Amino acid sequence: MPIRNTVATLLAVALGAAGEGPPGAASCTGCHGNARAGMAIPPIRGMPAEAIGASMRAFRTGERPATVMDRIAKGFTEEETQAIASWFAPR
Amino acid sequence: MTCLGRRALLAGIALAPPALAQGESRVVVVGGGFGGATCARALKRAGLAVTLVESEATYAACPLSNAVIAGTRPWERQLFSHEALEREGIHLIRHAATGVDATARRVVLGDGTRLPYDRLVLSPGIELRFDALPGYDEAAAEIMPHAWKAGPQTGLLRRQLEAMEDGGTVVMTVPANPYRCPPGPYERASLIAHYLKTHKRRSKLLVLDAKDSFSKQRLFQSAWAELYPGLLEHVPLSGGGRVVAVDAAARSVSTEFGDHAGAVVNVIPPQRAGRIAREAGAADRSGWCPVDPVTFESALVPGLHVIGDAAIAGAMPKSAFSAAAQARVCAAAVTSLLQDRAPAMPKLINTCYSLVAPDYGISVAGVYRPADGVLAEVEGAGGTSPLDAPPAFRALEAGYAEDWFGTATAEAFG
Repeated sequence: MPIRNTVATLLAVALGAAGEGPPGAASCTGCHGNARAGMAIPPIRGMPAEAIGASMRAFRTGERPATVMDRIAKGFTEEETQAIASWFAPR
Repeated sequence: MTCLGRRALLAGIALAPPALAQGESRVVVVGGGFGGATCARALKRAGLAVTLVESEATYAACPLSNAVIAGTRPWERQLFSHEALEREGIHLIRHAATGVDATARRVVLGDGTRLPYDRLVLSPGIELRFDALPGYDEAAAEIMPHAWKAGPQTGLLRRQLEAMEDGGTVVMTVPANPYRCPPGPYERASLIAHYLKTHKRRSKLLVLDAKDSFSKQRLFQSAWAELYPGLLEHVPLSGGGRVVAVDAAARSVSTEFGDHAGAVVNVIPPQRAGRIAREAGAADRSGWCPVDPVTFESALVPGLHVIGDAAIAGAMPKSAFSAAAQARVCAAAVTSLLQDRAPAMPKLINTCYSLVAPDYGISVAGVYRPADGVLAEVEGAGGTSPLDAPPAFRALEAGYAEDWFGTATAEAFG
């Protein structure tokens, strides 16, 4: 029984962290879905967290040219971006 | 069992479908569009038992359907089924939901079945109001199509444009806010103008608008001046553009200042939340559904959530992108509530592309968070494409519109 409780607890923790991710993450896959042939928008699931963080930083400052990501990146703090990046990297 | 190592335990967690304490909970989703299908899949991923109620076997997507009307996109690319959702274990019920007994927590189906739920998500989209514009009813829509729900109406408007003689006038009427897809009428006007420019050069398009300002206005107007001068005329509210009555037999519409007949007349009528939301008591006097901005739970009916076009989502526009973003946030909130956990404070994005021509895309984006009981825009973020962008930028955004459609439909329908 103790083990079963532990399993339940661990599962609940895993699920709690699961769901649809930290604030904002649920919207990213609106455009950044799984890879498809001919798609120009890069998939975000499995992208290294550092790469997501660096891109978002460069979009936010305007250092990296963009069509729409500059406008979106400005809506997220560095902390929020890091949380989103860490969430998608292992998925 | 006690010899089970931590590693094995964690591996088990990673592999096992997370059906646990809330396995007994029943979540019903009504509506299989971008909102409902995305929500059902997110709830299923969270390990819940999910029933999706959708009467139509095939879903016809509205985004990019204006390109079908303009003849630059095949209709088949708008069609999706819910078979992938069924394969994933979502229980699909092909009936119309006709009512909700919120006290007993039951959804009533067309055949009289009463479906129990612990949490209900309504994603019913819009209902066109056939009681709001004198002369415009369902019979009139067969002569002057709305084409504001993708389906037979889309093909009807397309065929009328094709059959029209060169030199004919196309009339479009645009309602006041709020309605599904704020920039949609202007994308449609642009793409119809593209069709006329490339196929019927002596024809004209007259757009009669009940508003003075609209989504992506400067971008649209600048593109119209560049691409469709003398072809597309937009008459705003202050210019007498508000249509007050229509006459289907004469294919004519009336403003306070006069009548306008067209060879093709596209009437986009006022709208309200889909019928089931109103039957459930979730709509207020405006015809739309007030919701909590954190959970999308109805402000009027406990235990019931409303997402997508039917919801009053503060600053978030009624778009397929918004519906899908809300769907995932709502699914996470429903999961938390069923586990007696506090729902997380969400942040949502909307990105909405419009085509002004097949290779000319423009966008509006916004980031939203709950503030003072509504979803408010995060200041300093969002906005529209730049006014002075080169053609390559417009072509990129047209490509991204197509990419977005592919992703949004794959995420919703598998």
